Formats: sequence, structure tokens, C-alpha cells
Amino acid sequence: MIGITAYGAYVPRLRLQKKAMAQANAWLAPNLMGKAKGERSFGNWDEDAITFAVEAARDALGNDDDRSHIKALYFASTTAPFADRLNAGIVQAALTLDATIQAADISGSQKAGLTALAQALCVAQAAPNGAHPAILVAAGDRRVPKAVSAQEFDYGDGGAAMVVGRDQILAEWLGGAASTVDFVDHFRGSDEDFDYHWEERWIRDEGFQKIVPPVLKRALANAGLEPAHIDHFILPSTFKGVAEGLAKKIGLKPEAVVDNLAAQVGETGCAHGLLMLAGVLEKAHPGQTILVAQFGQGCEALVFKVTDEIATFKPAKGLSGWLANRKEETSYMKYLVFNGLVEWDKGMRAEKDNKTALTTLYRYNDGILGLVGGKCKVTGTVQYPRTRISVAPNAPEVDTQEPYKFAERAARILTYSADYLTYSMNPPNHYGQIDFDGGGRIFMDIADVEPGEIDSGTEVRMAFRVKEWDDRRGFTRYFWKAVPVR
Amino acid sequence: MATGIRDKVAVIGMGCSRFGERWDCGPEELMVEAYLEAIKDAGIEPTQLDAAWFSTHIDEIGTGKGGTPLSIALRLPNIAVTRVENFCASGSEAFRGAVYAVAAGAADIALAVGVEKLKDTGYGGLPVGTMGTYIPQTAPNGSAPGNFAQLASAYRAKHKVSREDLKRAIAHVSVKSHANGSKNPKAHLRNIVTEEQVIGAPMIAEPLGLFDCCGVSDGAAAAIVTTPEIARALGKKDLVYVKALQLSVSNGMESQHNSWDGSYFHTARIAARKAYHEAGIDRPREQVSMIEVHDCFSVTELVTMEDLFISPEGQGWKDVMDGFYDSDGSVPCQIDGGLKCFGHPIGASGLRMLYEMYLQLQGRAGDRQLANPTIGLTHNLGGAPASNVCSVAIIGL
Repeated sequence: MIGITAYGAYVPRLRLQKKAMAQANAWLAPNLMGKAKGERSFGNWDEDAITFAVEAARDALGNDDDRSHIKALYFASTTAPFADRLNAGIVQAALTLDATIQAADISGSQKAGLTALAQALCVAQAAPNGAHPAILVAAGDRRVPKAVSAQEFDYGDGGAAMVVGRDQILAEWLGGAASTVDFVDHFRGSDEDFDYHWEERWIRDEGFQKIVPPVLKRALANAGLEPAHIDHFILPSTFKGVAEGLAKKIGLKPEAVVDNLAAQVGETGCAHGLLMLAGVLEKAHPGQTILVAQFGQGCEALVFKVTDEIATFKPAKGLSGWLANRKEETSYMKYLVFNGLVEWDKGMRAEKDNKTALTTLYRYNDGILGLVGGKCKVTGTVQYPRTRISVAPNAPEVDTQEPYKFAERAARILTYSADYLTYSMNPPNHYGQIDFDGGGRIFMDIADVEPGEIDSGTEVRMAFRVKEWDDRRGFTRYFWKAVPVR
Repeated sequence: MATGIRDKVAVIGMGCSRFGERWDCGPEELMVEAYLEAIKDAGIEPTQLDAAWFSTHIDEIGTGKGGTPLSIALRLPNIAVTRVENFCASGSEAFRGAVYAVAAGAADIALAVGVEKLKDTGYGGLPVGTMGTYIPQTAPNGSAPGNFAQLASAYRAKHKVSREDLKRAIAHVSVKSHANGSKNPKAHLRNIVTEEQVIGAPMIAEPLGLFDCCGVSDGAAAAIVTTPEIARALGKKDLVYVKALQLSVSNGMESQHNSWDGSYFHTARIAARKAYHEAGIDRPREQVSMIEVHDCFSVTELVTMEDLFISPEGQGWKDVMDGFYDSDGSVPCQIDGGLKCFGHPIGASGLRMLYEMYLQLQGRAGDRQLANPTIGLTHNLGGAPASNVCSVAIIGL
């Protein structure tokens, strides 16, 4: 038996109120007032497709930082920061997955997340008898449409992750189907910042209505199920009623249609099918069946049956937990700034050259991307970073440091400041000395925090974030930051 | 066992430029201004200088690297010039080099000059710099006030001081320094401020407001040192002796080990203990006449009063509020206005502190002259609370 063995989700904390968005633009685009309901998620300035995927993967993998069971990683996104540098390699390093794994980026379509999941299932199935393949699929998207567009209301930011394998299966893979059709509902050229969209009615009538149903039918046939057997039907679409219409068309129960989170999150690109699936798994009962599909130059569809094991697993926070971890934001301007949609005066302090020495990055790769420090095998002293001579006062042992992972450990603020002087995309810049339970201390940024919210002693968790951008060279630098536990 | 520097070297000349936004001067002109005063004060010819130490911190602006900027600006007679850099303690480091050269017998007369030209950046505050290729990949994008402000949260937590009490105590630190600076014609900031003004000023880095931060200034300072024998042969009387020179440097304990609580300077306590020992001082609260400390930020000065063992731990803020460190208090602190108001041209600051102590010891401090001081202590700190260099120097009669 092959199937899903763990699932996770991530939705960034900021939720832009669509009413505020619409009102800010009513003078320019009064037609958008019709979309002024609910909220959409948007990432802090230091979050991107990779950080979303990393958070979702951590949600699935839990706080056990021994991840040696993961044998392969597929990262899906259409908004990954690098066109030629393995984005999955950054996810691998952040999660401290073994270097021996196979990792790949899967991209190019909104269905890439489900395609990645289908690939992972096939690879797991092909593993030799007796093997214990565990394959991580992590998806994240931060789609930035043009300002004052309908998509700005429809899209959201987030990530999702699944682990597939043979052991302790939560949802058995019954089958699936796919199609590839060069139907261009929208596209984004290689050198372009924004998508270009065709007419909604055509996409709905010629695209969804004609391309999706045969794939769903084949997937059901492949799984040996009748449409009426399906308990949960997942089909992301930003067009109202599309999933409901297709359900009716192929004979699915109307109540099987899963809410697409349009009023809470928005559509999170190629992560969205997986995100909705993570939400369904959180609530599903043993024996229930799930049909999950996503559209994009064809369609990908997969069928699962929930097992008795479902009750034994809980994601670290889960979609419900992330949905509850929200901060209402009414500043459309903040959304624009965080997404690079306005040329604002950052001041001369922002002119600092953020060129990254790639040699240095590689030399300390596990420390920088994996937050791996050291533990002295003689004194037990834990420290960051790992050094040849240990920091223990009056007991400087030499070459006794063994790798020690910090990312999943509980931590507290020792000292902090809220700095209004330094350049920041979200002033004041909070940072401080962070002390970890079990020992160790790291001087780091504190993210997702409001002035007056923290003090010495505040409990924090680690979050993988963008450290800085090197705009001159197009490089994104990542590191970990402390985020208040909520 | 080292015998220490006590009474082996005398200061025979000092000079200090006017500090401030010196739009009229480059670093070269600032150095000349300080040097001409020092050499006139010493009453010697440039050809009598055997060696020089030159401190400047920031490479991106100012003089650039090497010893040549000093030698060319002053037209020194092709003597050795060593450029030193040790964060904000650079000026003290230049002084240390010159003093040690004389004590070692390598030079009869040595010069120390420190300079910083900060106002060529185009913006307020210190220039944004980088620290190698590793630190920028992990350390926060912070600022000096943000680094030092962190003392406050840890001090409050440790000593159970309310936000309001600490804010008022550090405000008093700045009010006192402005009052002192108003009497100093060379000071950058000479305005008198009230506690309410300080507390109500715009926030820079919580809890430090605008008036909790020192001036970002252009300036230079210089010292000429020799042996007591040569000083007397030059006709000098009432010699000002070097009593102690100590430097303590963080080894990563504060930033990487959980044993440091963030509320004090580990290095300052080590340097102070060693300096008192070297100078033969065992009751600093009674024996030290006056102090110039590294008040880059008001909260730094507050915790330093404890790190120098003048105020008991956890009580420094009360001594500050009681006026113990005011100009009419028991141990006047920053009698020249300090970094806060005299200004903080980084490479010059350690020498500027010594300049004021030297003037006070000789009774030449004008309107701000204290009554019969005999021992002056300077404390110069560079880096951040969690990783720094700290110098403590003591000079006296």
C-alpha cells in the first residue's frame, strides 16, 4: 500500500481585508468593489515560495529534527526565486534532509503541486519490496499580480506539504489520471514580472468544463470508484461555482465539494490543491474518499481513501492552526511595499551591497541554511555557530563539536530592541539575543512582531526567512528568524 | 609578572579639534588641528618625534587605510606610523601603542593621533558597514543604537526596574551630559535639555530616543608621550602620568554562551579590575576623581557605572538619579559633555577622553574645571554589548 503518511500546511499571518483593498482602489477600479468580501493571506516581506514550503514541510514533519527517513524531495512552485539554482536544494538544506536524497523542482503550471505529489507516489510505488521510501512533496507560491487587478483579490500566499510512503499510511492512494493540453488561460514569460490573462468565460467554458471532467472520470475509474462514492472533492478555481458545476456534471455529491478558502486565504497557486487536501485530511474520517484535482495546461487528479491511521497523526499546527494565527491588515500600501509593487524611498542605508560570498555560504551551509550549530562531546556545551575551539568559558575544548540542530528547539528572547534607525522593509526592525532550551544562543532577527509585543523572556520559535535580497545580482539570501509563539 | 605601566610614561602634550559637523574640514585638516595644539603644548619640534600611532575606524569614508594619511597630513619626518583599528576603542589603542613604545625604550617621544570624518556619508547616524562575508549572512541588519539598546531589556529583567524608571534614569544621564557640554567650546552639542525633552524625543531604537544617542561627529585628538625623565628635562612640571592601560576583548562567551545575562559588559569588568590593580586603586568610588566613559548611548553609561565598580550592581540607576555623577556630584562623569555632547568621531574618542582628563588634572579646563582632581579614568568601548573591546585607562598626578 502506498499513500500519504504526513501532511502540513502554512498560511502567512497577515490577512489583507478585501474591503480595504477595494476601497483603496475604488476611484480607479470601481468594478472591484464586488470582490470586497473576506480576506486574503499575504506573506511578510521576508517570505517567499521557498519559505512557505519549508514551513509547510516542518508542519508535516513535526519537531523531530531527525529527518533521515526522507529519501527524496519534490518542490513545486511557479514563483520560486531561482531559475537556475535548485530551489529544492534550499528546502533540503533548511530542513536538514540528507544530502543523499534526490531533489527536484517541479514548475511551469498551476497543477505542478499535484504533479509533484503524483510523481512522488509513483516513485514510492516503484521502490523495491522491503524498502521504506518516504518522499517529501513541498509546495509554495507567492504570486504577485499587477496592482489593482482582480487576481490581487483572488490570490493568496501559502504552502503545503505531504509525505508519501508505505508506512503508517493516513490516506491510501487509489489511483489517478492526468492530461496535458496547451490551453493558455494565462501565462508569464520568462522575463516578465506579471501574468497575462485571457477572458474568464472562455477559461471556464472551454478550459475547466471540457478539460477537467474526462480526467476526473479516468481517475475515478482508475481508482475503482463511482463518482457518488467520493466524500471530498477538491478543485481549486478562482471562478465562483466551477467546482460545484463540475461536481454536478460528473455526478459527485454536492456536499463533497470542498471550500476553496477564497474568503480566508485566496488561491495559493500550485500549492493550493495540496493546501486544501491538508485541510481535508485534518478533519477526514477513516474510510472516506478524496478526489483532488488541479487545472493548468491540462489537469492532474488523484484519489485517496482515508485509513484508520488518520487519528494517529497531527500536523504541528495544521491548516486550522495557521488559519487561526492571523493578523488583520487593512493597509493596502503595506501589501504593495511587501510585494515590491511600489518604488519607495528606502533611504541611503538600503544602499548596502548585499553580495553573498558563495564560498562562505557553502562552507557554513548547514549553519546558515539549516541552523545547525555544535555540541561539545566533552563538556556538552551547545553553541552557535560550530567552531573548532568551543565557547565554554574556561574550558575551551578543541575539535570536539558535533553538529547540533537548533531549528526545532524552543527558545526565548534574552535581549532585544526595536530599531527605527536601521533600514527595514517593516520598521522597526526587531532583533536580539535568543536563548534556546537545552543551551545555545543566537543573535538574530525577530519577525512577525509588532512594537510593544515582546520583552526579555518572550517565547519564540524559529522560522526560515529571506534574510536579504541582492537586487544587483538577483540573489536571495536566507537565514532563520525568531517569531513569537502564538 | 608584569610590573605594569604605572608612572613609567608621562603625557606632555595634547590637542583636540573642535568636534561637530565639520563641513569645512576633511580628516587631514582635523588631524592637523589636533596635532598643532598638541605639539605646541608639548613644546617640541616634529623632528623630536620618534614614532606615531594613528587610529581611524571606518575605511569606506575618511582617510582610507594605512599609516600614510597621517604622515602626509602632518608632514612627519618619515618616522614609523602604525595605523590601529579596534572599533570605538581605536583612539585608546593608538594611545596604548605610543605609551608602550616609550615604556619599552623603543621611542623617546611618541605621538598618538585619532581621527574620524563621519559626516561624508550623506545621512545621519553611523555609516552602514559590513563585517566580513559570514556575519552578514546571519546577523540582523541592525544599528549601533539597536545593539546597545538591548542592554535595557536585560537590565530591567535582571534588576526588576520598570520601563518608566529606567527611561527616566537614562534621560538623566543625557540631561547631565548636555549641561556639561554646554560649557565646552569644542563640543558638538552645546544645548541644555530637560528630562521631558529627552523622554519625549523620537524613538531611535527602543528604549533609546534621539537624546539617548551620542553625536555623530567629525573630529581628531592627539597626545604626545615621553618618559618622566625626558619630560622633566624638557622643563615640564606637575607631570600627568599614565597609571593604567587595560584592554579586554570578548571571546564570544557573551554572544554564544548562556552564562551572560545581557545586562552588563563582561569585558569592562575585567578591564576595570586590571586597571585598578595596575594603578594601585582599591576603592574606586572614593579614589577616582572623575571619569570619562563611553556613553555612546545613555544606557551604556548607566550600566558602565556598575561595570567600573563605582556603583553597586543594580544600583547604578539610583546613583544616576541621585546626581552622584553630575558635575557637582561625588564622581563627575562626562565633565566635557562626553560622547553624547562633545561628540563621537570614533577613532578620536579615546584620545578626546584623555584630553579632558589631562586638562582637568592640570587645572586648565576653564568653566568646567573641577576642584583638585588627582585621578582620571577613561573607559572606551567598541562593538556591541555581546561582542566588544573595552579599554580602561587611568591617568593622574
